Amino acid sequence: MNIGHFIIANLFYFFSFLMLISAILVIGSKNPVHSVLFLILVFCNAAGLLILLEVEFLAMIFLIVYVGAIAVLFLFVVMMLNIKLIELNENLILYLPIGAILALIFLFEIFIIIDTDLIPLFSLNFADTLNYIKWTSEITYTTNVARLGSLIYTHYFFLFIIASLILFVAMVGAIMLTLYKNTNLKRQVIYKQISRDFNKAIKLQYLK
Amino acid sequence: MILELLNIIIKILAIIVPLLIAVAYLTLAERKVIGSIQRRKGPDVVGVFGLLQPLADGLKLFIKETILPNQSNVLIFVFAPILTFLLSLISWAVIPFNYGMVLVDINVGLLYIFAISSLGVYGIITSGWASNSKYAFLGALRSAAQMVSYEVSIGLIIITVLLFAGSLNLSTIVAAQEYVWYCIPLMPLFIMFFISILAETNRSPFDLPEAEAELVAGYNVEYSAMGFALFFLGEYSNMILMSSVATCLFLGGWLPPMDLFIFNWLPSPFWFGLKISFLLFVFIWVRAAFPRYRYDQLMRLGWKVFLPLSLGFVLLTAGVLLGFNYI
Repeated sequence: MNIGHFIIANLFYFFSFLMLISAILVIGSKNPVHSVLFLILVFCNAAGLLILLEVEFLAMIFLIVYVGAIAVLFLFVVMMLNIKLIELNENLILYLPIGAILALIFLFEIFIIIDTDLIPLFSLNFADTLNYIKWTSEITYTTNVARLGSLIYTHYFFLFIIASLILFVAMVGAIMLTLYKNTNLKRQVIYKQISRDFNKAIKLQYLK
Repeated sequence: MILELLNIIIKILAIIVPLLIAVAYLTLAERKVIGSIQRRKGPDVVGVFGLLQPLADGLKLFIKETILPNQSNVLIFVFAPILTFLLSLISWAVIPFNYGMVLVDINVGLLYIFAISSLGVYGIITSGWASNSKYAFLGALRSAAQMVSYEVSIGLIIITVLLFAGSLNLSTIVAAQEYVWYCIPLMPLFIMFFISILAETNRSPFDLPEAEAELVAGYNVEYSAMGFALFFLGEYSNMILMSSVATCLFLGGWLPPMDLFIFNWLPSPFWFGLKISFLLFVFIWVRAAFPRYRYDQLMRLGWKVFLPLSLGFVLLTAGVLLGFNYI
């Protein structure tokens, strides 16, 4: 058995097992900072799974955006808060029905997506399904980046621009809400400092 | 199967062991260069010209007592330096030393390095938090904010180089510089990239996280012995890594300056090492020559100067390349 296949076959179980465990610990751990660290572990494992699916560009973007940017800010905020250890109590069971309903809806949506978009599960026999799965290897003649780029920037660029505008509006809104202008604040204007004339800076005045 | 595994392990060791030796002698080089800039001798007692000094330092750190503070969160406290060191090592997997001389030649090599360097924040911020000490925490917050802000401009500069080379694979990027190194058409970006990596690796003049005079020692106050040594190794290995990334992106990697017989006489990895050594020398030179930035100046430089400039350069180069039909 080739070592590459051996590693890949077992890495899937490794990543997904660790991901499930740490996802449970995100909710279960008492210290909020530990929760965030486990969340980061979940993200890293998800990136590992994406690499196993041969979508390495998405995996790297996942690491850069979620782990490198969002989770850092999250950790920042959680660390700055006055940390109290959260007591796990019985009231959590009351949330269970709502959680179950949400999980069922989520599963149903995933089923619809898989059944209509990727692989029709029930209208085909098993051999055909295996043929369908080969679609990742069909597109390896071009790299991930080029493929995604041509898709996003030529076919779906309207949606891309709209998504960026939504993000922009959210950012402007957040800044407008928190902007507080202090009027008697003395700021350093470096351009003014540098362009100051040496001869005019010091004056000699004769006192009578 | 065992043989394959052994092959992989030997390949990894062949990168890591020279790297650690390089780190050790980089510290000696730093002390020697700063010494001669300040008209001192630098270390010259241990061994000939002080050549055994790094080994002596390493031994000292190794036999010191490891202190775990009572107040600290022990698990994260121990984990943080290991993470920093690990992250500084795994980026080396995609650095090409010569054509084809690379551990893994992945298509998204540049993004991989960027992702790993953005993970580097965690080692620092967790160490500062887990120490449960005011100084360490303040140092960690400063350091994390600094690294996050300069990553933005590094990302945009990488995008510009990516537009030129048309690939994220580091070997392809170097091979694309066969006729002209990118530091010539992209001179301002090269300087900006160099300043950004100074800030990213927390080197002076941006060494606010461990500002000796203000915060005791930044995020690693509470660390002693091997914990401190791992942070130290991580920092210097990151310096070498970032220099080699800058070499790959702007100084033509393993390529000689011109395709002449005299230049080709030296083997390609040697050119690569020479360029890295030059950049590392500039790192040390900057440390000896410039005073430390104030914190608001540092943030201003990152967000108000480098971010708009690098964003403008992305648009400019994209426009020029599109205009001449080079993409």
